[in-house]
Amino acid sequence: MSGLALKPDELDVSHGPILYLEGINLSFDGFKALNNLSLYIDAGELRCVIGPNGAGKTTMMDVITGKTRPDSGSVFFGQTIDLLKMDEAAVARAGICRKFQKPTVFEALSVFENLELALAVDKTVWKTLFAKLNGIQRDRIDEVLAIIGLTEQRSRPAGVLSHGQKQWLEIGMLLMQDPKVMLVDEPVAGMTHQEIERTAELLLSLRGERSIVVVEHDMEFVRTIASRVTVLHEGSVLTEGTMDEVQNDPRVIQVYLGG
Amino acid sequence: MNLFFQDKLAGSLMAVIACITVFIPLFNLLTPVDSVLHFSAYTVSLLGKYLTFALLGLSLDLVWGYCGILALGQGAFFALGGYAMGMYLMRQIGTRGVYGNAELPDFMVFLNWKELPWFWQGFNHFGFAMLMVVLVPGLLALVFGWLAFRSRVTGVYLSIITQALTYALLLAFFRNEMGFGGNNGLTDFKELLGFNIQSEGLRSLLLMATGLILLLAFGVSRWVMNSKLGRVVTAVRDQEMRVRFLGYRVEHFKLWIFVFSAMLAGIAGALYVPQVGIINPSEFSPLNSLEIVIWVAIGGRGTLYGAIIGAVLVNYAKSLLTGWAPEIWLFFLGTTFILVTVFLPNGILGLFRSQEQKL
Repeated sequence: MSGLALKPDELDVSHGPILYLEGINLSFDGFKALNNLSLYIDAGELRCVIGPNGAGKTTMMDVITGKTRPDSGSVFFGQTIDLLKMDEAAVARAGICRKFQKPTVFEALSVFENLELALAVDKTVWKTLFAKLNGIQRDRIDEVLAIIGLTEQRSRPAGVLSHGQKQWLEIGMLLMQDPKVMLVDEPVAGMTHQEIERTAELLLSLRGERSIVVVEHDMEFVRTIASRVTVLHEGSVLTEGTMDEVQNDPRVIQVYLGG
Repeated sequence: MNLFFQDKLAGSLMAVIACITVFIPLFNLLTPVDSVLHFSAYTVSLLGKYLTFALLGLSLDLVWGYCGILALGQGAFFALGGYAMGMYLMRQIGTRGVYGNAELPDFMVFLNWKELPWFWQGFNHFGFAMLMVVLVPGLLALVFGWLAFRSRVTGVYLSIITQALTYALLLAFFRNEMGFGGNNGLTDFKELLGFNIQSEGLRSLLLMATGLILLLAFGVSRWVMNSKLGRVVTAVRDQEMRVRFLGYRVEHFKLWIFVFSAMLAGIAGALYVPQVGIINPSEFSPLNSLEIVIWVAIGGRGTLYGAIIGAVLVNYAKSLLTGWAPEIWLFFLGTTFILVTVFLPNGILGLFRSQEQKL
C-alpha cells in the first residue's frame, strides 16, 4: 500500500509505531493522574508497562480507548487516526481492544456465545438482529476456543468458569475482534503458577501478528514475556528498556522501594 | 412453532392462552345465554383485561428482565396507546353524545371549543388511530431514551426520571386545556368499527384479538431475544462496559429495545380501553407503573412468560381482594412483593425451574 493512496481513516504504520501518545495531561480534582505522558508502541511489539499503584497505568488505557478524555495531548493510532475524536465503540471497531483488570465476561451466556458477540462483524442494531453465523465464523470461534484452551467448556455458561479461565475467555474475546492492538490489564492477577505459565505462552504466541501492551504487577511474569518494559511513575514515563536495564535503574529501585 | 415450545412451561402457558382466545369467544357466540359454556360479558371483559396486562408485563420484561433497565414509567406508554384508541372511540360517538355535536366530543362542547384541535384530526379513521397507538408511545420512548441513554443515565437515576416522566404526563393530562377530557378522561364510547361496544359479540372479538396479539407479541419477543441482538441486550444488562469495548454502541441497543417495548405497551393500552370503557389520567399514575414491575418480579423476570403469569395472577388476586376487602389490597401487594424478592428472587417461575433442574 503506498502512503499516498492512504485514506484518512486507514491505519498507517509506515513510520514504525502503531500508537502515539504525546504530551498527555489529565487531572482529577487537582490530582495529576497523567503528567505530560509520551509513549510510543511499535507495530507488532509486546510491551509491558509497570509502575507502582497510582502511576497512571489504567488511566492511560482509559485515554487510549476513549473512556476518558485527557485535558491536553494527542493520541494517534498509526499516523492518521485521531483516537481522541472517537468513542469507545469506534476505538474498538478501529482495532484497539482491551481486557479489563477484573475479568469481565458475560456470565449468563455460554463460552461460545461470549466469543460470538466479540466476533468482528457489523455491530449495528439491525445487522445484529438478523445476524447468522457462517461456516468461516464458526471455524474462527473454534480456533480461538482451541487457542485459549476452552474447547471443552464451549457450551457451559461463562459464570461457572474458574477465575483463570475467565481471564483467558476475555483474551479470546479480544482475539475474536481481530485487533491490531491488544491492551491487557493485569492478565495474571489471581492466577495459579501453572495458569500464569500458560498465559505467558499464550501472549508470547500472539506477539508479532499484533501489538500487545500488558500492564502487570507480577515481575516474574513480566520478565518472562517482555522484551521492552516501560516504567510509569506519577503519570509519566520514568524509564524504558529491557527488564534488566529497568531493574538496575536506581530511579526505579527508589520508586519501588521508597526512599 | 419452536419459539413457543422452547420449554414445557412456556408451551403449556401459550396453549392455555390460545384456548382462552379461541374457545371462550367461540362458546359465547355459538351457545345460548343459559348454557354452561356461556361466559358472562363481565367474565369475558375481565379475561380480556388480564391479557392486556399480560402484554404490558411482557413489554416491561423486555427492558427490565433482559436489558436491566428498571423503567418505572411503562404505564405512560400504556396510557398513551389507550388515549389514542380513546380518541378514535370518541370520534365514533358522533351525534349520539349528550350535546349531539357531530364533530366535537362532549367535553369540548362543554369547554365552549368551536372546532376540533389539530391533534384530534385524523382520529376518526381507524387505521390512523392504530398507527398512533404505536407511533406516539414509540416516539416518546425514542426521544426520552435517546436523551437518557446518550447521557449514559443508568440505574436508579434512570428509574427516577421515568417515574418523573409518567408523573409529568399525569399532571398534563389532568388539565382541561390539554384537550384530552381532563380529569374525566375519555368515556361513554358507543361503537368500535361499527359494532356496539357493549355487545357480547364485540367483547368476545376483543378478547380474541387481545389473545392473538399477546401470542404474536410473545413469539416476536422470543425471536428477538433468541437473536444475536437478544444476547447483546443480555450482555448489556450484565456488563455494559464490556459490550461497549467490544465495539457495540450500547445506547443504540438500549434505545431499540426501549422503543419496541413502548410500542407493545401502547398496543396493550389500546386493547384495554374498549374493554373497560374508559381512559383517564389516573392510568399515568406512578403507582400503576410500579405495579407492573411487581407483576414481572412476582412472575419471574427475564423469561417473557413469567411476566404473563405474574400479570394475570396479581390482577386476579386484585379482582378478588378489592371486591372483598379493598383496604388491604395494597398491604397484600406490598407484602407479596417483599416475600417474593426475599424468598423467590426468580419469581414463581424460579420455583418451577429449580425443580425442573433437580429432576
